[in-house]
Amino acid sequence: MKQLIYDIVIVGGGPAGLAAAIEALKEGVERILIIERDRELGGILNQCIHNGFGLHTFKEELTGPEYAQRFMEEVKEKHIEYKLNTMVMDITPNKVVTAMNTLEGMFEIEAKAIILAMGCRERSRGALNIPGYRPAGIFSAGTAQRFVNIEGYMPGREVVILGSGDIGLIMARRMTLEGAKVKVVAEIMQYSGGLKRNIVQCLDDYGIPLKLSHTVVEIKGKERVEGVTIAEVDKTGKPIEGTEEYYTCDTLLLSVGLIPENEVSKQIGVELSNVTSGPTVNESLETSVPGVFACGNVLHVHDLVDFVSEEAAQAGKNAAKYVKRVQKDLNTLDEELMHEILLIPTQGVRYTVPQTIRPECMEEEQVIRFRVGDVYRNRYVSVYFDNERVLHKKRPIVAPGEMENVYLKKEDILKYPELSQITIKLEED
Amino acid sequence: MEHNLICIGCPLGCMMKVEVEEGQITTITGNTCKRGEAYAIKEVTSPTRLVTSTVKVEGGNLSMVSVKTKTDIPKNKIFDVMKSLQGISVKAPVHIGDVIISNAADTGVDIIATKQVKSVNL
Ligand SMILES: Cc1cc2nc3c(=O)[nH]c(=O)nc-3n(C[C@H](O)[C@H](O)[C@H](O)COP(=O)(O)OP(=O)(O)OC[C@H]3O[C@@H](n4cnc5c(N)ncnc54)[C@H](O)[C@@H]3O)c2cc1C
Ligand code: SF4
Repeated sequence: MKQLIYDIVIVGGGPAGLAAAIEALKEGVERILIIERDRELGGILNQCIHNGFGLHTFKEELTGPEYAQRFMEEVKEKHIEYKLNTMVMDITPNKVVTAMNTLEGMFEIEAKAIILAMGCRERSRGALNIPGYRPAGIFSAGTAQRFVNIEGYMPGREVVILGSGDIGLIMARRMTLEGAKVKVVAEIMQYSGGLKRNIVQCLDDYGIPLKLSHTVVEIKGKERVEGVTIAEVDKTGKPIEGTEEYYTCDTLLLSVGLIPENEVSKQIGVELSNVTSGPTVNESLETSVPGVFACGNVLHVHDLVDFVSEEAAQAGKNAAKYVKRVQKDLNTLDEELMHEILLIPTQGVRYTVPQTIRPECMEEEQVIRFRVGDVYRNRYVSVYFDNERVLHKKRPIVAPGEMENVYLKKEDILKYPELSQITIKLEED
Repeated sequence: MEHNLICIGCPLGCMMKVEVEEGQITTITGNTCKRGEAYAIKEVTSPTRLVTSTVKVEGGNLSMVSVKTKTDIPKNKIFDVMKSLQGISVKAPVHIGDVIISNAADTGVDIIATKQVKSVNL
């Protein structure tokens, strides 16, 4: 089998992989390879033709492909190597990558560091827990988006959407503009996980009703979907008898959330968080396997690509530093013995990324990203160093659909040499 | 007349009521900050949107190219702009910013490509 050697191998050529590569190069590591299974770089952005990307990074509102193009150009200008139509099959804990494509067949790459940037996939199984047939015409919203925007093919004419995630909302508008009739969006929760802007500009603009606390209870049709029955659900999520309404349709789209794509991570043996479904990482975005880093949607699902690029740049930089340490043969054991602080999410905070911090390895300022579990109004986001409250920030509203963050300063943490836990929680006062 | 709006300025999503009498806005209520007021005035007097879509490409490495109106267009022109895109196809190569349709549906706004498509020799 052919054997290649690189310093850093990046799995996935979406916005995370591209930004990580650019930053690793800036940090002085040159032998970098990006591996992408699709026929082009850019990841999910290629099918996100709507605008709303890059407001933070470029101070202008771009479409997905335009945002991706800026990073792709930089990768090409800087001659960073990449392989398209190539799938990473396996990675060992010693960082031997097995990949495959039709030109080269199966081959191996020895790497000093790995950056995981595989993105996420859509949840589908389990979303429709109703008995009966699975006729044609049921798609995940992202699959429909790919059909319409990349293949140029409309999956149906009369549409019902289950779940009010952003992809579903975006597709409600997209299919309406292409002449389909989107009859209703049913959301089982009491609130929508989608952005306000998408609810207004994708549903309200076109008079598409959003039914909160509703779900699909029956699908009619054997070969192809003919219609669906929607019913209201009670607080426990059970359908309420007598509230059923029937809609004729030939297509049912599912937009019920995203989940990090961690098949490859599991093979390496990195520890996964059961909240984010992504790897657990330290302040350097390094997983439990030294030299393996993660960023973007494979780490935790993001709503704004700007934060993906920012996070990935940090992973790229740290991977490069790791490579330089290995090259100098510095003992990496020292690091493993370093003082490590646990980050504990509680009282409304579902998770944090990173999950641990080694103060000595921190940048001057460290961003802690987190999500809350419900919609809360007028709460304080509080940070405790062990039992001492060090941050108390008023927020008029926090919601599961919007990622939150707090910044911690290295100098502040170094003032507490005995610190063992940092707790992040929501408080009423 | 009364308009009910949700402000999209921030995650708070204030529910606003706008009273209009004889074409003049008389009161705006429900907003928490000034941005809500500005949004309400724009939405009631001259709402605009950016429109994005795709068109077919001939002889390219991809079969579709994504496009957008270069700037916002009046909201009530969205479907006219979509109609102007029907049946349109372009020849590769296509570059970001290439004009696909100029002055789409008489809005004075061009439709431009948002993706690069290379030509392939068949
Ligand atoms: C439908 C949708 C709408 C969105 N709308 C917005 C918006 O309006 N504004 C905004 O800012 N953000 C938006 N986002 C969020 C943002 O675009 C994503 O968070 C971002 O693209 C994630 O980047 P990524 O690189 O982590 O993942 P991806 O873009 O998914 O890239 C991962 C890449 O890895 C490749 N890959 C996976 N496994 C392998 C393997 N084993 N071998 C080789 N390659 C592999 C995949 O092919 C893919 O190209 C949206 C996201 C979605 C899905
Ligand atoms: S009015 Fe102000 S506070 Fe309310 S949603 Fe708009 S921007 Fe946010």
